[in-house]
Amino acid sequence: MDRFSWSNGLLEINETLVIQQRGVRLYDGDDKAKMDLGVALLSTHRLIWRDIKNHECCIAMPLSQIIYFEEQAAGIGKSAKIVIHLHQVPANKEPGPYQYSKYSYIKLSFKEHGQIEFYRRLTEEMTKKRWKNTPVSQPIPTGTGSQAGKTRAVGIVGIERKIEEKRKETDKNISEAFEDLSKLMVKAKEMVELSRSIANKIKDKQGDITEDETIRFKAYLLSMGIANPVTRETHGSGTHYHMQLAKQLGDMLQAPLELLSPEDLVNACKMFESLKLPLRLRVFDSGVMVVQLQSHSEEEMIASALDNVSEKGSLTAEEFAKLLGLSVLLSKERLLLAEKMGHLCRDDSVEGLRFYPNLF
Amino acid sequence: MSFEWPWQYNFPPFFTLQPNVDTRQKQLAAWCSLALSYCRHHKLYTLDVMEAQESPMFNNKKIERKLSMEAIQVVFEELRKKGNLEWLDKNKSRCLVMWRRPEEWGKLIYQWVSKTGMVNSVFTLYELSNGDETEGEEFHGLEDWMLLRSLQALQTEGKAELFTMDDGKGVKFF
Repeated sequence: MDRFSWSNGLLEINETLVIQQRGVRLYDGDDKAKMDLGVALLSTHRLIWRDIKNHECCIAMPLSQIIYFEEQAAGIGKSAKIVIHLHQVPANKEPGPYQYSKYSYIKLSFKEHGQIEFYRRLTEEMTKKRWKNTPVSQPIPTGTGSQAGKTRAVGIVGIERKIEEKRKETDKNISEAFEDLSKLMVKAKEMVELSRSIANKIKDKQGDITEDETIRFKAYLLSMGIANPVTRETHGSGTHYHMQLAKQLGDMLQAPLELLSPEDLVNACKMFESLKLPLRLRVFDSGVMVVQLQSHSEEEMIASALDNVSEKGSLTAEEFAKLLGLSVLLSKERLLLAEKMGHLCRDDSVEGLRFYPNLF
Repeated sequence: MSFEWPWQYNFPPFFTLQPNVDTRQKQLAAWCSLALSYCRHHKLYTLDVMEAQESPMFNNKKIERKLSMEAIQVVFEELRKKGNLEWLDKNKSRCLVMWRRPEEWGKLIYQWVSKTGMVNSVFTLYELSNGDETEGEEFHGLEDWMLLRSLQALQTEGKAELFTMDDGKGVKFF
């Protein structure tokens, strides 16, 4: 946080605002910064942050300070963040809120969402590095041509360039979207070939189906979510595949790169306890299933829900979700649980469903 | 004296039938109490359900909440089970509200009878409910059907006997 300098928040002549996002809290390394919630603004040149309540408190940092940055996904009770790693403090840096910091990275915590878009725009700006070209519109050197001709060329070429960029972007998006599909198609092709070979062997009664082929076939079936039909193993006894999957999920909730069937995911999650992983699959009365940290005890959740509701007088599921940075679905389940335990009661009217502390 | 609303009346969840069983029990108890107090205060002995839904008893205009018809029926069923309500028709559109049960009225009447040394006397029903002597007593102005039931209750206890005269009913107290 010692890379920031005080700023009046006004943009320079050639500086443009790219995106702004409310509800951002700053972190000095892993520690919460001394400021409250604010608005984070990204311009072509700088990263600016302004306190929501006190507009005088405004700080900025040139984008050139950024070495690299990464996303930190939201967790249970945690908002999504962007971690930004920074160069050393330049000697000529203007004073800012922090004289010194032991960290050379900061975090932006997005309490009111917006992390995905902000990250995307930051990536764009850090790629384009527009702060290096100070003039607004850079005339494209066309070599020869009159003055008037040059200006016209800039205009048209600029538009053409934009169209080309957009086309490349679209292409990239489409090919990314189809990457998974092409992986699936490759697997499908292998499977089709294998099943064809087995089918032929059966038809022609041509020798035995090798053990290797059988294993491969079973593996393909499993990866499509079909439980092994030959040995009739269920998830209860745990197939090797599910065990491996559960372990992987336990690590960082990162699924393998192949497409994963819902049944496989649920079966793997059911094994968390037996594999002594610190995650649990939890099923609510409504049937909604969530994966949560084992440390998340019911009492804690209910107590915190009651605190939040009492503090605000009453809350809807949407308001509660926003407050905690949770999905609406999960926040509703939590409120319903607290109601079931008798800590909350409901007010159901044309205005919607609201939860109050149970004063009865 | 204006009616004093209980605190629940201004608590929005009070007007939503609570799914949690324990919470609902407390809620219904409060509604029964409110309904009976309201009727007692305004000396209401019969209710029309449709009218009741719009009356201040079940409709708090200040917080823009009112009990649904379904919830009102649940409250009324509770009152019926406790002996404070009786349906007048099969469609459950009108009911008698006994914010005091016949036995309780009977007890009050008998207390007055013994206090004034009128045991073994005979009264017409009219004298009891509208006579000068009973002026100021709580049962003064009691509607006929309720008076009759109260005396029938006393009769069951052996403390009174009803009989019919030329121009109406009478009662003797023992």
